[in-house]
Amino acid sequence: MIEFKNIHKSYQVAGKAIPALHDTNLTVEQGEVFGVIGHSGAGKSTLLRLINLLERPSGGQLLVDGEDITRLDSAGLRVLRRKIGMIFQHFNLLSSKTVADNVALPMKLAGIYSKAEIKARVAELLERVGLSDQARKYPAQLSGGQKQRVGIARALACRPKILLCDEATSALDPQTTQSVLQLLGDINQELGLTIVMITHEMDAIRRVCDRVAVLDSGRIVEMGPVAEVFLHPQHPTSRRFVFESENQDEQELHEDFRHVPGHILRLTFHGEATYTPLLGTVARETGVDYSILAGRIDRIKDVPYGQLTIALIGGNYEEALKRFNAADVHVEVVR
Amino acid sequence: MNELFTNVDWADIWQATLDTFYMVGGSLVFTILLGLPLGVLLFLTGKRQLLEQAAFYNLLSFVVNVLRSVPFIILLIVMIPVTVLITGTSLGVAGAIPPLVVGATPFFARLVETALREVDRGIIEAAQSMGATTRQIVISALLPEALPGIIAGITVTAITLVSYAAMSGVIGGGGLGDLAIRYGYQRFQTDVMIVTVVLLLIIVQVLQMVGDKLVIHFSRR
Repeated sequence: MIEFKNIHKSYQVAGKAIPALHDTNLTVEQGEVFGVIGHSGAGKSTLLRLINLLERPSGGQLLVDGEDITRLDSAGLRVLRRKIGMIFQHFNLLSSKTVADNVALPMKLAGIYSKAEIKARVAELLERVGLSDQARKYPAQLSGGQKQRVGIARALACRPKILLCDEATSALDPQTTQSVLQLLGDINQELGLTIVMITHEMDAIRRVCDRVAVLDSGRIVEMGPVAEVFLHPQHPTSRRFVFESENQDEQELHEDFRHVPGHILRLTFHGEATYTPLLGTVARETGVDYSILAGRIDRIKDVPYGQLTIALIGGNYEEALKRFNAADVHVEVVR
Repeated sequence: MNELFTNVDWADIWQATLDTFYMVGGSLVFTILLGLPLGVLLFLTGKRQLLEQAAFYNLLSFVVNVLRSVPFIILLIVMIPVTVLITGTSLGVAGAIPPLVVGATPFFARLVETALREVDRGIIEAAQSMGATTRQIVISALLPEALPGIIAGITVTAITLVSYAAMSGVIGGGGLGDLAIRYGYQRFQTDVMIVTVVLLLIIVQVLQMVGDKLVIHFSRR
């Protein structure tokens, strides 16, 4: 469990304190995948690096498993860091070492493992990330996705409890991104590993995270379960991220429908409700006609969701609205 | 052949070539032994680095710059008493090595510092995140990653030492430079001059080629 208690962080630039993170409170539960989304410069990189003290907080308490890590001495800090794996946007593999030696490095540095233990663990990890046949290669001979898999194997070498992901998929193409996210999700399930990932891509959050915090100018402006934040974003920054990921612009959407007659509703389905034939039933029973203006059916982690913008014409509109409201669906009257 | 190079004593040339090898090889070993730690120290205490120490860095940097700005020919002469203290003589191969080391070490240290700065900061961050100590970061991450740059630095330093070693002929240092000065320059024996210069050229070429090969090998790209 990771707890930020009134943590703030500022950097000294030319004698002036520039705040990077304002009073921040958050709790990451054991075994969850926690996402932090924000634009570059929002402070997410700082937030992540506080957890393994690559950055020191300027104030506040930072607890990992109930222990205030800011009080650790340098030996204690090294032990802590062994329990916290980290992967990076640009992988940060040693180009001078083979894949196997890269994965072995954290264990060698720890100095508490025998050669046989290291060898067995490296083989096991490479098997897990699907790179057993690349063990003798150098990072330069691998693709981006393979490099990140090596990064993941390396981060897991000392059996950490927490994995920090610093824009881990931002340098990868969409397909590779998906497979790396899949791997992270699987590892979370298999090992019960707590994952904290920072990203500027809502899609990465949607695929693997349980909860998300939206960071804007060093402040958490929204935090909650991914489905909640993704389907009903409250803060303008959160809305922007969600619309960005759907390749649409809120403003544009409204203007496009200016010439559409009738009432416009946005329906949001989540979970099993996504697959119920609600629209047809309501239309038949209340005599309204509907047309679908925009829509998307997808998954948040493993739960299906749908979001439809529809226009209703004729029939009994009041009754239809009542029926929608009564159903397991979130209704937003656009016009 | 012998008609073309009437003044050339091939046995002398062979001995002088060997002496040049001893001087360059010997001084290169000490230059690396002293310059590598000095370069690491310069890097670590530099701005925004692991052991940032502005005052210490500036002092060290100043000393290095002073040594580098003294012309080698002057250093050769100034060093004579120190050399006698260390080796017992200021002449021959042994007498040439101390000034060569003092002349090349600051130069090589700067090259090491530059090679270390070329290493991606992310590598240091990754090593830190694994719980590495500063010593471990240097030995297990920084030096292996900077190895191609350091080898390139050793190559440049070795070549510089070849020309410095030739200069040490002025104070009786021995080697090909000594031959070139005593016979080629002072006795106007142009043929000796040509032979020594060609040999020096070959040595430099070979050093550069071997260095480049090693850099490519250790670049792992």
